Amino acid sequence: MKPPLLSIKGLTKVYPGVVANSEVTFDIGDGEVHALLGENGAGKSTLVKAIYGLITPNEGVMEWRGVPYAPTAPSEARATGVAMVFQHFSLFDAMDVAENVALGMDNPPPIRELAAKITEVSHNYGLPLDPSRMVGDLSAGERQRVEIIRCLLQNPQLLIMDEPTSVLTPQEVEILFRTLRQLRSEGKSILYISHKLEEIRSLCENATVLRLGKVVGRADPREESARSLAEMMVGQSLHTPSRAPAQPGKLLLEVTDLSVTSPSAFGTSLRDVTFAVRAGEVLGIGGVAGNGQDELLGALSGELRTAPDAIRMAGDPVGATGPTARRALGLLCAPEERLGHAAAPDMSLTENALLTGAYREKLVRNGFIGWSKARDFAEKIILRFDVRTPGAHVAARALSGGNLQKFVIGREIMQRPSVLIVNQPTWGVDASAAAAIRQALLDLAQAGAAVVVISQDLDELMEVADNFAALNGGRLSAPRPVQGLTMDQIGLMLGGAEGGETDAAA
Amino acid sequence: MLRLEKRPNPSKFWNYATPVTAVLLTMVAGGILFMLLGKNPFEAIKLIFWDPLFSEQFASYSRPQLLVKAGPLILIAVGLSIGFRAGIWNIGAEGQYIIGALCAAGVALAFYPSESWLVFPLMIVAGAFGGWLWAMIPAILKTRFNTNEILVSLLLVYVAEKLLAAAATGFMRNPDGAGFPGSRNLNQYPAAANHELFANTGLHWGGVAAFIAVLFTYILLQRHILGYHVQLAGQAPRAARFAGVAPARLVVLCLGLSGAFAGLAGMFEVAGPARQITIDFNAGYGFTAIIVAFLGRLHPVGIVLAGLLLALTYIGGELAQFMLNLPAAAIQVFQGMLLFFLLALDVLSNYRIRLGVSPRASEAV
Amino acid sequence: MDFSSINPVTLIAMLMVAATPILLAAIGELVVEKAGVLNLGVEGMMITGAVSGFAVAVNTGSPLFGMLAAILAGAAVSFIFAVLTQILMANQVASGLALTLFGLGFSALMGQSYTGIVPPRTPKLDFGPLSDLPVVGRIIFGHDILVYVSILLVAAVWYWLNYTRSGRILRAVGENHDSAHALGYQVKKVRILAIMFGGACAGLGGAYLSLVRVPQWTEGMTAGAGWIALALVVFASWKPWRALLGAYLFGGITVLQLNLQAAGVRIPAEYLAMSPYIITILVLVVMSSNRGRRSLSAPGSLGRSFHAAG
Repeated sequence: MKPPLLSIKGLTKVYPGVVANSEVTFDIGDGEVHALLGENGAGKSTLVKAIYGLITPNEGVMEWRGVPYAPTAPSEARATGVAMVFQHFSLFDAMDVAENVALGMDNPPPIRELAAKITEVSHNYGLPLDPSRMVGDLSAGERQRVEIIRCLLQNPQLLIMDEPTSVLTPQEVEILFRTLRQLRSEGKSILYISHKLEEIRSLCENATVLRLGKVVGRADPREESARSLAEMMVGQSLHTPSRAPAQPGKLLLEVTDLSVTSPSAFGTSLRDVTFAVRAGEVLGIGGVAGNGQDELLGALSGELRTAPDAIRMAGDPVGATGPTARRALGLLCAPEERLGHAAAPDMSLTENALLTGAYREKLVRNGFIGWSKARDFAEKIILRFDVRTPGAHVAARALSGGNLQKFVIGREIMQRPSVLIVNQPTWGVDASAAAAIRQALLDLAQAGAAVVVISQDLDELMEVADNFAALNGGRLSAPRPVQGLTMDQIGLMLGGAEGGETDAAA
Repeated sequence: MLRLEKRPNPSKFWNYATPVTAVLLTMVAGGILFMLLGKNPFEAIKLIFWDPLFSEQFASYSRPQLLVKAGPLILIAVGLSIGFRAGIWNIGAEGQYIIGALCAAGVALAFYPSESWLVFPLMIVAGAFGGWLWAMIPAILKTRFNTNEILVSLLLVYVAEKLLAAAATGFMRNPDGAGFPGSRNLNQYPAAANHELFANTGLHWGGVAAFIAVLFTYILLQRHILGYHVQLAGQAPRAARFAGVAPARLVVLCLGLSGAFAGLAGMFEVAGPARQITIDFNAGYGFTAIIVAFLGRLHPVGIVLAGLLLALTYIGGELAQFMLNLPAAAIQVFQGMLLFFLLALDVLSNYRIRLGVSPRASEAV
Repeated sequence: MDFSSINPVTLIAMLMVAATPILLAAIGELVVEKAGVLNLGVEGMMITGAVSGFAVAVNTGSPLFGMLAAILAGAAVSFIFAVLTQILMANQVASGLALTLFGLGFSALMGQSYTGIVPPRTPKLDFGPLSDLPVVGRIIFGHDILVYVSILLVAAVWYWLNYTRSGRILRAVGENHDSAHALGYQVKKVRILAIMFGGACAGLGGAYLSLVRVPQWTEGMTAGAGWIALALVVFASWKPWRALLGAYLFGGITVLQLNLQAAGVRIPAEYLAMSPYIITILVLVVMSSNRGRRSLSAPGSLGRSFHAAG
């Protein structure tokens, strides 16, 4: 029998305090699309880093067509025929497409030849790209194309894709899948990493499920239901957030023709964003990364100033005020980036509790800090939101993503906001923490607050939101009720086509 | 192969142990340096670190010098430490020190020979104001035009030095000085003189000011929301903006405070130990204070200890120069090495050093 | 006063000489910053180069050996900075300052016995009759070898950064070190080499000061040249040819200011001597106020430490 393309036997990787992979074993055959399924932190990324030569496993062996394979650097992996598309792109904003592609190759041809090849290959695979454009100016979908073309130009046998669809609109996902199926028909193998079950069911013929670094199941995803795959992945039956039907109350947050210039060179400026949220309502704002989410959060939190009338809190113009004044009015926010934006990594949880709670929780009097009050506040958050930590004195960076996120969201919810804005509330958070966070947001709305959830995870938005709007290129579509929205309509909204249905017909 | 592993929590032990270890290592390295210069290393080290305080022969002169030298170092360093914590790098304290002295001397000389008790307080205000003003240049350029404050504050040192030279040889020259460069002797001008407060202690008003500044900074950093914002801005600038800190105001505050402190130090120096404005009035306190701030871990109490230690190297260095004919520059090298060792050992606070094969040998370099 | 003593041809020839030390230091620092490292120790490396070059030139009688020694000395002290910032993860700003403070002390110590000595003369390159041509003879064919070396270095760095694979890798490391690491490039190795190249250039620039421009050894003789070189990199928006332009502009101001002093302008010499520093600050202000373009050309990872997780 012919040996498989790549076989992994008993691979183990230990980090201080964490076993990232424990005796992982599976095979990938020629022309196979193999799914690697698991939650955040299940050890998927560590495993593919080992295959790509970025880390060396502590134990276990890999074989490539029956021959021992132990890459010590990505260049060795590439020489063998392994290529990888990263989850967080390995691209350079201030360089053009051709230069970026050249940097990912071991023996790139001269830039001009390469540019011609990029144009050719990208058209052949239905992913058109202009080699002379600056990467920083590309959309997330186009940036991913750069990564994929970079891989394809090296003619790999095995293509590793780490969460490739998290940055794509449903339509772009379709294009990508067409490309991947074309590759399979050419006899290439794909290792497809994801936690999105429907995708895997439509694309892959084999799946290896990881949990806490171990292989906990193998399946043909086409034969399984999404539910059974999910339970394999999580190891317990999932709690779906529950809520009573919304009773929209009075208008709390009004945003009218909000335009903000992005402070960063490759950011997206907001243009004429208009929406309103009522008490008890959850508004979901979807959109592919980099379409103005950070700017929208910054404009609402007060980090970016606008015209006073552009943002109104219960009728009061607040567009020109800073974060402290807005907090005083009950407008609270939780940004996407936990370490460095929502929390200071090297500061203790007590100090981080003070970060937004200073005035609303009266932790500061006449400018002087009441440290014991701040500690009490931090401990209350830890207790109520089940933050797993040895205590409030621990530095924020020592917490896992899920626990820190619970702390950050909890810190805002504990301050009884009348309007709460969250960006990517469950990004990189394990399933049980994610469920807890979603439930907390729903409870908050239930209690009469207006909640805005900005997220790239459409499933999450469908689960928690009453109304849905999409950000595209800094513009926001008109919000529509979630009830009755189809994936196609959402896709068109995300793609920037206003008013879903009519455009869908055209 | 050695490799580094980030600690989840910064090590408390190494936070305190690094400065001490750095001092010890510097003594060893300094000893080797002295040996290469053909001096007895043990004698040199003893002369620098022990004799100024405890030798019968020198201590009576040297001991008071400790406070004389430590005063300005501490005063400038606590000011700098606030900015350094916020990630605002004022490295032009030397210039602010000079301008503070020039403004204070200017006020004193303008009222010469007044006997009013108001002259001295007015000089204090003028000194602080001068330093503040000089530091406002990089502050405003930073907030208005996003200009790098490191380069501007440093370049302004050279401008201040030229101004000092112009003052000493021109507009502040002593009219009764027979044409020699240098201003009037402020020690002979009772209303402006900053004399020792208690005989043979070396304590003058500058020392008192340093003490107040240390206390002030301690309270600011430990208890006040402004101090918290300073540290937040230094560690996580984006989180600071999210918390409601206006970066521009912080720049103005930090540069202004450190400038005012440096200006004050210059004022007390010119009215006290230096006696007058001369071309070489500035002795590098503004730069040594940077070392003091780091050695003191940017903590007010640490800075007091570090200031005393560096003052000791100044005095001991002079002693070694006198007794062993050790070049003056050797002490500067010594201070530079101290900062090197300190920065090198700092790694231990945030990382564990592990022996063993690196997961990727190439990154361990 | 007598402005007629200021001859434009001499002025241009002189400004090229005045510009060369900061140009050398600036082009080195430009490469360092392109790799994502901010080394504020340029002043310290320059003065170390100045004293070592001087000492070796005096002892061997050969300016060439002196310059080689300065290159090695500059690279050697920059290696301290490289170890601190790349291996021991120390703060780059503080480490750069430490290097400057150390360099100033170290050079003063080493240079003690060399004050007041005249170094061996660095000859001008012999272009034969070309040097006797009017105007161009002095400006183009009337210099010592380092003036030409510095211009060639600018050209070489420009070509290397933009058109070679290794130059592209260096820019990639400076632009985004996480991506570069993910692609398998050795971020620290690239940066250490860049830092040492910067040190070598700064050292050579320092030696040019003490061996050609002044030529003499005095304590603290760099007088802020290293800091001006740092400002020049910002002025140049990290582009080599603009560094050349900036250096010559700055050289022109310095030379003009000296000429005005010599011509007896009724402004005290101290105020004229301030002008290079003040003009440098003004130029910095103009360059940095243009936020959009600046953020595009500044390397993305400038000044950030890199530690590979895992």
